[in-house]
Amino acid sequence: MSVDEKTVRRIAHLARIAVTDEEVPHLQGEINAILSFVEQLNEVNVEGIEPMTSVTPMVMKKRQDGVTDGGYPQKIVQNAPATEDNFFLVPKVVE
Amino acid sequence: MTELTHLTIAEARDGLQAKTFSATELAQAHVDAIEKAKDLNAYLTPSPEQAQAIREKTFAMAKASDEKIAKGEGRPLEGIPLGIKDLFCTEGVVSTAGSKILGNFTPPYESTVTRNLWNDGAVMLGKLNMDEFAMGSSNETSAYGPVVSPWLRGNTDPHEAARTLHSAAVNLKMFGSLSAAAEGGAFTNLLVPGGSSGGSAAAVAAHLCLGATATDTGGSIRQPAAFTGTVGIKPTYGRVSRWGTVAFASSLDQAGPITRTVRDSAIMLRSMASPDPKDTTCVDLPVPDFEAAISRGVKGLKIGIPKEYRIDGMSPEIEGLWHQGAEWLRAAGAEIVEVSLPHTKYALPAYYIVAPAEASSNLARYDGVRYGLRENGRDIVDLYEKSRAAGFGREVKRRIMIGTYVLSAGYYDAYYVRAQKLRTLIKRDFEEVYAQGVHAILTPATPSSAFGIGEKGSGDPVEMYLNDIFTVTVNMAGLPGIAVPAGLDAQGLPLGLQLIGRAFDEETLFAAGQVIEDSAGRIKLPQAWWA
Repeated sequence: MSVDEKTVRRIAHLARIAVTDEEVPHLQGEINAILSFVEQLNEVNVEGIEPMTSVTPMVMKKRQDGVTDGGYPQKIVQNAPATEDNFFLVPKVVE
Repeated sequence: MTELTHLTIAEARDGLQAKTFSATELAQAHVDAIEKAKDLNAYLTPSPEQAQAIREKTFAMAKASDEKIAKGEGRPLEGIPLGIKDLFCTEGVVSTAGSKILGNFTPPYESTVTRNLWNDGAVMLGKLNMDEFAMGSSNETSAYGPVVSPWLRGNTDPHEAARTLHSAAVNLKMFGSLSAAAEGGAFTNLLVPGGSSGGSAAAVAAHLCLGATATDTGGSIRQPAAFTGTVGIKPTYGRVSRWGTVAFASSLDQAGPITRTVRDSAIMLRSMASPDPKDTTCVDLPVPDFEAAISRGVKGLKIGIPKEYRIDGMSPEIEGLWHQGAEWLRAAGAEIVEVSLPHTKYALPAYYIVAPAEASSNLARYDGVRYGLRENGRDIVDLYEKSRAAGFGREVKRRIMIGTYVLSAGYYDAYYVRAQKLRTLIKRDFEEVYAQGVHAILTPATPSSAFGIGEKGSGDPVEMYLNDIFTVTVNMAGLPGIAVPAGLDAQGLPLGLQLIGRAFDEETLFAAGQVIEDSAGRIKLPQAWWA
């Protein structure tokens, strides 16, 4: 399988990365090189094989459903580029 | 007396205990060495204020260690100066993950790994350069410029190299990017330290710390260790907490140490590892005394040699070294058997689906809103797209896009699910070999010795990816793997051997790794031509 320029632009948008007209052909070439490299996986018969979903067979750790942390909003927002009253600021989303 | 920077962790521990020198003197010796090695670019040099804050922290920690030692309350790593890969979040100290998008990110918390090290008395020297978000095999994708290996080819004149290094560092500062600085051969004859833990490996090999933390998603501890003549272990998935370590591919990422000896890796890993309620994939197993395991030897152990690792075009030097390694283990009492891991060749292509898929999801958090770099846009989507375009480097963008593609509607089963099935088969290969009574598997660590800066992967990304061909299977199966220096090639550059173990049996790897180290003799690390 390989991708065309239109698909590259669509993936970039899905990934929320702006791409310039100049970058598209380069990305296309590189993505296609990787896709053709992974093509060899099609040689393997994977019929009836379970996909790996857990690296180490283990029971998921659980903890009590309670508040164990928090109460420091200023720490949460301290690295944000724009804040007001401990809220993150973004451009207007809903008119 | 040996220079303080040339001690092993074990020797420094003894010297501090005996009060032959103080933790402050040990820290000072390293700070001086780091100052002279600035052009290697192993340590990240943030703003002057940050640099000052890190130095104050170093000496405050060293002073606290001296007080502990004076009171006879020394902890396992008391006063041991370490470098920290910049993927680990350190409270109040900028943690960039090698990316521009986190250029000003100052975590208000400490990663579990670094917290464990400080709780055991270690002293922080600074944050180490790395490939951006740990994506790379040469440390050339760092937004802060490449790390230069302390190793030179035998036929390179060290004085010439020192001049090249200095002008490359000046160019890098001037142009701000590797590609601009590399044009015109700015890095001629200078080598990569490997990656993604390139700063860690270079700093350990250049005696700029006694040991360093590192992380390994596809080979990022073991490949740079092999390139620099150092020891690196990727523990079993779940042995070390991932909490507070910037995520790349969560089902593959695992932290471990890079050090100058097998014993030092055992000492460091014991402190890094711990159960952690904050990481649900971190196991609740007691951490063994790894150091005690190094003297066990390999008598009676069965060591497997996987025939699928004998790849086409393998250099006779690597093949010879591999054979030599098997002979060393046999001489020490191990039984050597040929084994088969039939799905080996599919590990790397399956990795290049699984890892980017997880990365595209993990890196979605860098959106210019909650932290990191922000570029304003006409609406929220435009803000996201512009911030991410400006903040991520080429390799990271490429991998996010591949990941997005293989997870997108219509392709998920063909790519992602198939790769996850391959992962099951790769893991099963290992399980079958271990079920035959094999205790560990011996392979080369890398398909070649270190290459030159700017030499690989500029046209075809896959050329660079092939570096991880021997290491990536281990991450896919979640197993532990150690790289130990085993010799030099004809150019005078180090080569390493890899031992792969059973899940949660790092102890056998330390035992067998020690046999390799004893048989090969400690590698003589380069003289400080850069100083």
